[in-house]
Amino acid sequence: MQIPSHLQNSRTGQAMPNSAGHLLSTLRTFKMAESKTVLEVMDIQKSFGSSRVLEHINLDLKAGEFVSFLGPSGCGKTTLLRIIAGLEQPDYGKVIKQQIDITHFNTAKRKCGIVFQNYALFPNLTVAENIAFGLHKKHWSAQEIQFRINELLNLIELPNIAEKYPNQLSGGQQQRVALARAIAPNPDVLLLDEPLSALDALVRLNLRQKIRTIQCQLNLPAIMVTHDQEEALSISDRVAVMNKGVIEQLDTPHNIYYKPQTRFVAQFIGSMNFIQTVVVDTHRLKMNEHSLIEFPHLNFAQDEHYEIAFRPENVKLVAGNESSTEYLNLAVRIVNTEFLGAKRRLFCVVQNQNHADDNMLQVDVDHQHIAVVQDGMYLQVPIRDLHVFDSRGHARC
Amino acid sequence: MLNQSAADALLSSQTAHRFRYSLRSSAVLFVAAILFTLSLIAPLIVLMQSAFLNEQHQFVGLDNFTAYFSNPALISSIFNSMWIAITAMLITVSLASVYAFALINCNIRGKAFFKTVAFLPILAPSLLPSLALVYLFGQQGVFKDMLGEVEIYGPLGILISYCFWLFPAMVMLMMGAFRHIDQHLIEASHALGKNTLQTHWAVTFPAIRYGLVSACLVAFTYVITDFGIPKVIGGSFNMMALDVYKQIIGQQNMNMGAVISILLLCPAVLAFIFDRYQSRHQERYQNFQIQPYRLRANPRIEKVLTVFCGVISGGILLIIVTAILASFIRYWPYDLSMTLNHYRFEYVDGGGWASYFNSIKLALFSTVFGTMIIFIIALFSTRFKAHPLLKNYVKVLVLLPLAVPGLVLGIAYILFFNAPQNPVSFVYGTMTLLVISTIIHYYTVPHLTLTHAIQQIPNQLDHAAQSLGYSHWTMFRKVYLPLTFPALCDVLVYLFVNAMTTVSAAIFLYSPDTNLASVAVLNMDDAGDTVAAVAMSILILLTSCAVKLLHWLFTRKMMASTQRWREQTHS
Repeated sequence: MQIPSHLQNSRTGQAMPNSAGHLLSTLRTFKMAESKTVLEVMDIQKSFGSSRVLEHINLDLKAGEFVSFLGPSGCGKTTLLRIIAGLEQPDYGKVIKQQIDITHFNTAKRKCGIVFQNYALFPNLTVAENIAFGLHKKHWSAQEIQFRINELLNLIELPNIAEKYPNQLSGGQQQRVALARAIAPNPDVLLLDEPLSALDALVRLNLRQKIRTIQCQLNLPAIMVTHDQEEALSISDRVAVMNKGVIEQLDTPHNIYYKPQTRFVAQFIGSMNFIQTVVVDTHRLKMNEHSLIEFPHLNFAQDEHYEIAFRPENVKLVAGNESSTEYLNLAVRIVNTEFLGAKRRLFCVVQNQNHADDNMLQVDVDHQHIAVVQDGMYLQVPIRDLHVFDSRGHARC
Repeated sequence: MLNQSAADALLSSQTAHRFRYSLRSSAVLFVAAILFTLSLIAPLIVLMQSAFLNEQHQFVGLDNFTAYFSNPALISSIFNSMWIAITAMLITVSLASVYAFALINCNIRGKAFFKTVAFLPILAPSLLPSLALVYLFGQQGVFKDMLGEVEIYGPLGILISYCFWLFPAMVMLMMGAFRHIDQHLIEASHALGKNTLQTHWAVTFPAIRYGLVSACLVAFTYVITDFGIPKVIGGSFNMMALDVYKQIIGQQNMNMGAVISILLLCPAVLAFIFDRYQSRHQERYQNFQIQPYRLRANPRIEKVLTVFCGVISGGILLIIVTAILASFIRYWPYDLSMTLNHYRFEYVDGGGWASYFNSIKLALFSTVFGTMIIFIIALFSTRFKAHPLLKNYVKVLVLLPLAVPGLVLGIAYILFFNAPQNPVSFVYGTMTLLVISTIIHYYTVPHLTLTHAIQQIPNQLDHAAQSLGYSHWTMFRKVYLPLTFPALCDVLVYLFVNAMTTVSAAIFLYSPDTNLASVAVLNMDDAGDTVAAVAMSILILLTSCAVKLLHWLFTRKMMASTQRWREQTHS
């Protein structure tokens, strides 16, 4: 099932190209598509002073789903999370949780568990007291609280630290306790504000799996803010890629990678090579005299600029020029190479190109596919793996 | 086999590491330890001793103490001291807390102004508020009618003066405390379903508790060991510290003075120990990633807090402006024409302008020598390897002055340096002793400031310098001095201002040749020349202000010129 377009993208009035079916693989469904919506964010706008931080944000979160907000710093992802948490008030728009408008609820009433980047454990309380902090005496008996603490300590696999103080724990342990504290009162939604940024690389890998496992076990809908794309793509059900206060694309990690809808998403996620082209006629583009590319499904406007793009791993490196309609052939000069284990990364410049536009192309090739690397070689890019972006940065395919 | 024996030979020949501690730094710390012992520990021991001696230097056991506790007049002053100290502490700490909260956690306008005004009293001699109060509410006071039957001479005047005098220190302590509140903790607490009151109880209160207790202890000790204010505005109201002053200066009864000093030392030392004890628990709050808490925009609270700060700073300014005006008015309140006559000090006791220049001299000497000594000891005790026993002894000694009230230090100095059998008794009554006592009295705060600044410099810089072949001296000149320069400037100003305004220890140690301005204020008031006392206070205030202003301008300029590398260290 396709996600309704108004939820996929906060850009207003962008027509979704329906003819983009020739891409290698497009996942048309995601796991939670059929689940019921827990949290809905409608047309949120926010500015600080004169700078607009969020513009027309629309978003939904299904039951048990894990959504990541991914973007460069200053893109408004943390502000959006804080608005959902009630720590910030939007200028316009609504936050709806389980059919109730909570836009003007204070944080205490929202039942959102929050995990902060700097852990934010109460330094004067022990781990057990920290976890029990949100368990109000009104609703929990002393026995239940004790049971809950033990249950959560077992869940985060740190059963013996109940009496320790936060400063006696490592960063990873502290963050796990913070997670336990956030989920202790059975919140409706879990909000993670860059939970792994303050940790070492190895702890980070470990903990992100743990967070995902716990989130799945509890079937707890969660939103995570992160600037680490690997983190976002690896454990999320859907990723919202944000830039300058706008959600550029809200989609499954698979689609974010293989079917970026904007130029920003394409170059922000993974690596992508862009090449300027000139329109020849309605179905054909050219990048220099030798290479004409035909896109029978697309209609190009004469006075528009288009860019074609491809991923480094979709390329074959060949010695001779074999022209074909299936492939785009580019004569390149190899400038530098890097050894990456199973692959070799080549940096090359397209030949016969005017010097003003000497952007470096990045190509990853398997070792067994190149017998010899010489200065002048040809890149072979399958036409079906090409992305085309118009001058506004929207994907045409 | 050959290898084995060769290795053994090599290993046994490595004896070079026997001297693990540098001889030079051990020597420096040893000298420091001896100096401290002579100028702090020995006088205190003599003080303890003399409490158990009679006037003929015979041992009388606890007789002096029983004499003290059987004197009803003296006993009543214990009670007076207690309730004044507790009341002044409660009022000042609560006012200062709200004030600091407004400055740190709230978006009010005019923060710079409120901050400056709150720190003004620190630059004035402690007697200035009392003198100003006399002009405002005394016999000829402008607002005397407002008080009705109540006299300003007595507990009321004492309390107001203490509140004025303590306010800057309390605001500073509380500002430090309020900076420790973490925005994320507040948010976490809200997210876990706690309301505002519960949140502040669970987050704000534990975060500021340490600062709050420290502030209370400091306020209490300050009040209980001060005699200047009750002397000027107390009327017939007696307090413990005032008794000491009367016993020593009035009746030359050293032994009774020693007894009361020891009684005064007790709460100060207890407060000090308690403060150290709880500071260890404070370590849990050492989180460097704190995002300071900011109150959400709330016009009503902001308005209330602005009015509050306005009222407080209005009160402070009223007292200072009154003092300034009073010093220029010919004959308050009958002849309000302006005159500079009161600044001539020709026909009044107290030493006149000579005492003012003496004060400047004392301040300069204490500042220059004090800063040098403190910097050297701080550097050696934090950075260089010395014998741990020596190091720890010095570390305890540098903290001790904080626990010894100036009054007690002054009396201990009289007893120690005025004793005929002391080989260095010739320094008694000279500027040298005044400088020593000032440095020792105000030692701890600058030491901690500098130690902190030095610890901020990463150890690796030392290793890097050594690997590049630089001597310790070059390292000191090129790295330590520039990096700790702002802290050094702070220390200079701290010592200067305190040396200008101090009364407590100096009053027991000056001689006619070394009369000091701050002491002159007390003596002039004692002799009935209130207006001259006010004029002298204003002189002191202006001098401190000028130094502070100079410091501010200089620091600003220096910060601007060195900003490029400083930005990276402070970001």
